[in-house]
Amino acid sequence: MPSSRGNTKMPKTLFEKIWDAHVVTQPDGGPALLYIDLHLVHEVTSPQAFEGLRLTGRSVRRPDRTFATMDHNVPTDNPFDVKDPIAAKQITTLAENCREFGIPLAGLDSPDQGIVHVIGPELGLTLPGKTVVCGDSHTSTHGAFGALAFGIGTSEVEHVLATQCLWQKRPQTLQLDLQGTRAPGVTAKDVILGVIAQHGVSFGTGYVIEFTGPVVRAMSMEERMTLCNMVIEGGARAGLVGPDETTFAYVRGRRYAPADSEFDRYVEAWKALNTDEGATYDRVIQFDVSDLEPQVTWGTNPAMCVGVNGTVPDPSQYDNEVERKAVEQALQYMGLKPGTPIQDIEIHHVFIGSCTNSRIEDLRVAAEVVRDRKVAPGVRALVVPGSKRVKEQAEAEGLHEVFKSAGFEWRESGCSMCLAMNPDTVPAGERCASTSNRNFEGRQGRGARTHLVSPAMAAAAAIAGRFVDVRKLMTSYQTS
Amino acid sequence: MEPLVRHRGKVARLNRVNVDTDQIIPKQFLKRVERSGFGQFLFYDWRFRPDGSINPEFELNQPQYSGASILVAGANFGCGSSREHAPWALLDYGFRIIIAPSFADIFYNNCFKNGILPIVLSQAEVDDLMEKALAPGYELEVDVERQTVTDGHGWVSTFSVDEFRRNMLLKGLDEIGLTLQYEAAIAEYERKRESLQPVL
Repeated sequence: MPSSRGNTKMPKTLFEKIWDAHVVTQPDGGPALLYIDLHLVHEVTSPQAFEGLRLTGRSVRRPDRTFATMDHNVPTDNPFDVKDPIAAKQITTLAENCREFGIPLAGLDSPDQGIVHVIGPELGLTLPGKTVVCGDSHTSTHGAFGALAFGIGTSEVEHVLATQCLWQKRPQTLQLDLQGTRAPGVTAKDVILGVIAQHGVSFGTGYVIEFTGPVVRAMSMEERMTLCNMVIEGGARAGLVGPDETTFAYVRGRRYAPADSEFDRYVEAWKALNTDEGATYDRVIQFDVSDLEPQVTWGTNPAMCVGVNGTVPDPSQYDNEVERKAVEQALQYMGLKPGTPIQDIEIHHVFIGSCTNSRIEDLRVAAEVVRDRKVAPGVRALVVPGSKRVKEQAEAEGLHEVFKSAGFEWRESGCSMCLAMNPDTVPAGERCASTSNRNFEGRQGRGARTHLVSPAMAAAAAIAGRFVDVRKLMTSYQTS
Repeated sequence: MEPLVRHRGKVARLNRVNVDTDQIIPKQFLKRVERSGFGQFLFYDWRFRPDGSINPEFELNQPQYSGASILVAGANFGCGSSREHAPWALLDYGFRIIIAPSFADIFYNNCFKNGILPIVLSQAEVDDLMEKALAPGYELEVDVERQTVTDGHGWVSTFSVDEFRRNMLLKGLDEIGLTLQYEAAIAEYERKRESLQPVL
């Protein structure tokens, strides 16, 4: 889109280009009224917003820029059998609201249904240069396409429904430059966990993070989505990856993507979104991935994380009293002793799924690990594909047979055990190797102990019944 | 939304860092379709034991903090999920003001939409208030217009909130109503963008 600001060649970052193109107005140097191109809606954070519209007699300004699905509450054994009456009400309420306000819905009976952050990209709704919001903090996922995407609360959901805009204070920019070479078996999940382990759970507060460098350039779209998905765990509302050939190849041909006849024109415009030479960021972090091992969290936030060959830390090593207390509390909750080798920790549950790691590539990697092996006795292992289409694709490749014959349960799509709003929960005191994004207290069930890992590491843990370095199990990696 | 101009209230302390919204309101309580009634579930897993009885060890269950309307907490309060049920629960429980050295972005934003004021003070000031809030009945007065916090016994601090948000709080404004006044600008923006293809 030609700039309305004349021909001055002020170098800009990707973020600045998207932001500037979406400011409707900015009265008196206050927050900007930002236009929203795509509003994704799910059942949990929307009912009060629709109710607000009804109470004030307002309508949805752009139902054509809005898209809804059900994911958080959906049972994954039989999605149509919602036994919890309050969950069932939330699901039917969304369907009724979509009908009343004319919003397209991928409902339980639609082949498009799935986790909102999986289906947006899958359907080609998520495109470079767009502003994307959803009442869900993991909306940052869509930044993998070079879209400015962030989570909002329910009042803002109502605001976007009514006005297609949001008042936003311009965030600062942070360049996260990923350098070096990933060792085989070290995934995007390990990279983002490694970054958060080093920089903490709030280093990104107030920033939009743009990932740069050879590591991210070499990543697939699935990997980039994993990376951007978890920037919120470092406090950043949005992550970004500049669009490139990998992006365009993923987007091309998807239902809501530009038609083939005009696709190349779009590609030219998308390329121009990339950060200009000489543009500067408010902050720069360099992170070298070369020495990174597969990561495992040991505590109750994603920064409480260590390499698989490490040990559980000792609270007495922390100088800061508040931090020491937090670590003590985490170890108590997790039932772990300082100094325990990570590989001595036994697990009872394995969850492969969530908006972080439930895409086809995640399932392929996990299947490769479990192929011709068996889930350890006493371990309950679940694979929950991120969407119906992911499930369909995995079944076409025979991955479901690989999982099932190893002893995994093969489920229908949804958020499932990531936040355990549906019946997939981890009992108190039991331990779960999970490919999700949050290991907060009670996240997977009251008293449940969550360890965040990559799909490959989760699969390896299922086989071994404890954490192991997946690289020892993967034949394709043993030669390197 | 109820305007917030000046507020005086009892102070409760929650001396923990990185309190996430999953703790503020656990997910099993997100299934309601109303905005009200979430206070009973606030900090549920900390306030109540697994058998449903009150956990006397949890800070907010100490009798001296009953009726508190100002919460002093550690850094990065409200991190994690975007659930607005977190401010709904805090408000319904009785909190109008939350003081911390820092807040997570989405939570911070959500507070203003519900007439809760999140106040950022320095770590040293928060440490100070944590000490003071040990005394039963310790109160603070917050003046939103002047952006001051004082205990009436010599402890005074100032904070800053951007003017836009402060104005919304002071007047209890309906933000959507405000935005709809820009309808012409929004329509013009849409017209311009949609005439330019490819739209970015």
